[in-house]
Amino acid sequence: MSLSETDIQAIWLTLRLASVTTLLLLLVGTPLAWWLARTRSWLKQPVAAITALPLVLPPTVLGFYLLILLGPNGPVGSLMLDLGLETLPFTFPGLVVASMIYSLPFMVQPLQNAFAAIGDRPLEVAATLRASALDRFVSVVVPLARSGFLTGMVLAFAHTVGEFGVILMIGGNIPGETHVLSVAIYDHVEALDYENAHLLSAGLLVFSFIVILLLNLLNKRTHPEIAR
Amino acid sequence: MRYFIAVAFFSVSHLVWADSVNIAVAANFAAPAREIGEAFQQSSEHTVIISSGSTGKLFAQIEHGAPFDLFLAADSRRPQLLEHNGKAVPGSRFTYALGRIVLWSPRPGYVDEHGVILKEGDFKRLAIANPRLAPYGLAAQQVMERLGLWSGLRRRLVRGENIAQTFQFVVSGNASLGFVALAQVRAAGDSGSVWHVPDELYQPIRQQAVLLQRGQKSAAANAFFRYLQGSEAREIIRSMGHDVVASNARNDVTE
Repeated sequence: MSLSETDIQAIWLTLRLASVTTLLLLLVGTPLAWWLARTRSWLKQPVAAITALPLVLPPTVLGFYLLILLGPNGPVGSLMLDLGLETLPFTFPGLVVASMIYSLPFMVQPLQNAFAAIGDRPLEVAATLRASALDRFVSVVVPLARSGFLTGMVLAFAHTVGEFGVILMIGGNIPGETHVLSVAIYDHVEALDYENAHLLSAGLLVFSFIVILLLNLLNKRTHPEIAR
Repeated sequence: MRYFIAVAFFSVSHLVWADSVNIAVAANFAAPAREIGEAFQQSSEHTVIISSGSTGKLFAQIEHGAPFDLFLAADSRRPQLLEHNGKAVPGSRFTYALGRIVLWSPRPGYVDEHGVILKEGDFKRLAIANPRLAPYGLAAQQVMERLGLWSGLRRRLVRGENIAQTFQFVVSGNASLGFVALAQVRAAGDSGSVWHVPDELYQPIRQQAVLLQRGQKSAAANAFFRYLQGSEAREIIRSMGHDVVASNARNDVTE
């Protein structure tokens, strides 16, 4: 039993997709989570609800709307064509956009909880010591919310690795571009190639187990009193 | 109130236990199957319940005990396997439809009558069904190989999981054109522009049906299975864009 070239390509593509998605989500999710944790605006609950939507929506709904929105006849797609850009479905950047939406709550919610748990006091103390807003964030918030960052990043990464429905709908199954691991497994099963399906599935199972185990161990180290 | 519940219960159980036939249908044949089912229901007491999905998925489900009486696949390989595995009634397998593929675009005047666009078009994406999974995809690949265009076009292909998704890639404009089933174009009202691919460019797409073990003893399943081979059903199948094999060549040789 050994992996075919397409399968190895699918594994690399999946890891690349998950890494890029996680990094970009960190950039987008941190300010969003911060705002959600601190704001008193009436917009807080609606925005929080929108952020949580990918948790409940079937991936096919997301995929369906993305295909329509991003396609050449959709509002976003036609705008991109007018700007001289390529439309997103069937491309790697398209998968990144879809994955960011799909995994958004997995990044934002742990961060939001971590930020909320810090409370006002440490920031007020830092402010009286004349720390600038950025300085307060970098030297007070980030260390205190470390476990939130870790959890968010690991979950977003793992959730993107396991993504299937959305990619099936907007990916177009192009090797090296959109043929990711979960789609490769699906193809093997459909083609009755159970041997290769097992190989990849078992790999993913072990990977997922290790991720969750690591996450628990990390949380135990940062919060020994909570997670035992 | 109690009376109503009793009546409701009675009618539901009547529906379930009176002769109903559960059919697993390949997604590309769901629409004709529904038509045939309705016609059948008018001429008999039985109820037809249709579940559609990809041939591969339905096959796996049947292998693992899914409660279907009949299987209408999109290929001949899966019905053959079921016959070998003892899940299907031996000798029941027959070709109920021959699939036809066309090159199609929703844009009128875009695809020419001879498929020259394949050679000369500046389209960015051409949609086909995944040749590894779907018979229509394999046929599309054969056409391009036969025309010597496969290696040149490969980089521009997007592959649908099945022929239904392939059609949807083209309808939504995400791919400019695609190899789809004639039946789909017909169901969409024959709009757009189309190249009817000559038969000699691809191996016939034999869609085969088998009677499953569970349906062997069911009168409804047997009645529907017979109906499917009769002239009324064949007429419906033809009118919806498939070919049928001559009725005396029922148990034709499969690849």
